Amino acid sequence: MALQGDFQEHLSTLGRLGVEAFPVKDEEGISKVNALVIPGGESTTMGILLTRWGLREIIRERAREGMPILGTCAGMVLLAKQVENIEQPLLGLMNITVRRNAFGRQRDSFECELDIKGLEGPPFKAVFIRAPVITVAAPPVEVLAKIDDKIVLAKEGNLLACAFHPELTEDTRIYRLFLGL
Amino acid sequence: MTHIILSIGLTFLSLFIKLKFEVNVMEILTGTWRVKVGLAQMLKGGVIMDVTSAEQARIAEEAGAVAVMALERVPADIRAQGGVARMADPSKIKEIMRAVSIPVMAKCRIGHFVEAQILEALGVDFIDESEVLTPADESHHIDKHRFTVPFVCGARDLGEALRRIAEGAAMIRTKGEAGTGNVVEAVRHMRLIMDEIRKLTILPKEELVAEAKRLGAPYELVRWVAEHGRLPVPNFAAGGIATPADAALMMQLGAEAVFVGSGIFKSEDPYARAKAIVDAVTYYDNPKILAQISEGLGEPMPGIDIRKLEDKDLLATRGW
Repeated sequence: MALQGDFQEHLSTLGRLGVEAFPVKDEEGISKVNALVIPGGESTTMGILLTRWGLREIIRERAREGMPILGTCAGMVLLAKQVENIEQPLLGLMNITVRRNAFGRQRDSFECELDIKGLEGPPFKAVFIRAPVITVAAPPVEVLAKIDDKIVLAKEGNLLACAFHPELTEDTRIYRLFLGL
Repeated sequence: MTHIILSIGLTFLSLFIKLKFEVNVMEILTGTWRVKVGLAQMLKGGVIMDVTSAEQARIAEEAGAVAVMALERVPADIRAQGGVARMADPSKIKEIMRAVSIPVMAKCRIGHFVEAQILEALGVDFIDESEVLTPADESHHIDKHRFTVPFVCGARDLGEALRRIAEGAAMIRTKGEAGTGNVVEAVRHMRLIMDEIRKLTILPKEELVAEAKRLGAPYELVRWVAEHGRLPVPNFAAGGIATPADAALMMQLGAEAVFVGSGIFKSEDPYARAKAIVDAVTYYDNPKILAQISEGLGEPMPGIDIRKLEDKDLLATRGW
């Protein structure tokens, strides 16, 4: 989804994996793709654009039909049913509540090594930028990674919500998880 | 005997605590280059708007801005009023930070690293070491590597852009000519930067050292640009952008996002114009949509013919 944010970084990672990837920002594009990545960026901006340009319903419909969606950072916020304390337009597809800027402002943005359930090999080097977290995950949401009590990676059927940015590192294991949905 | 048992017990306890500690403690790295450039990457495809109050900041956020620049006066007013322009009052910046959920940027004077320290302490998300304010140092910019918060700096050409990146800027923007409502200088700077990048990609390797000397930029960065065909940090447009068409023009010329300073809140209908510029940056390559969103926005800000400005009034020539 190329309304705003770092979609170019997602496109180049997917390209490296040999996946045919292209930017979509209208109904025609969204109805053509087999899977969708909602990139990092500003969730308010993307939510406003989704609503203003009438793309919310088509994405919701395609998601209900089973189209896999990976949402990173802002993408995770948009996938949520609810955001704490802030009113903003969402896709509302996953049974999760998120808190935006949960670690603080930019000076608190960080990198760390993360253990992820079901991921083989060394811990994942995760980049968190003004990142959100999941504060409530209702069944059937499956929690895949946490920092203390904060959920940072979760899956619900064909939907994968990620608080960090796999598109900013070389490790492609999160994409393999997504492509396997 | 009790002593021995106690000491063995204590040894085990401390070992247990140590293990437990090592397992639970995660190494957290803040202020890394990846995290700094990362925020700039998240702002791509967006519009960063100058605001001077909490109310304006909320209008900007509702219109779809990806970030706001907290100021006391927009560049057009700084230009009109003259005198020394400094960092904004911290209470103004805090007021704006409280009003919105999107990132808040603020400006410090070129070379004024204490203003930058204050802005970092306030918790702003990005610092603009800006030629719009009166420079505090006429030889040196701030050593931006020393800060946790990322910096954006203006540039008129590739050499200037790479010098700022060498000092630690995590985002580059064209200088344009702020507060004029005239996009001509931003176009000039973007074209020059993109031309110089394209030129580097076709130069034979042995000519890169001389080219680095000509540009006044570090060889390592020159070589990186020659190999990748782009700047190592996001490249945004700023200075004189006043209409959705201006914003789309800068995007088509290669900008990855757009700053709008005086252009929004000095126009007749700020909300409508802000919204239209956000749409224009997303659909910059679709003239049909651009035509639709450019309709009925009211009067844009009054523009200034840059040829009629005296040299002393040019902001873009500040910076070294």
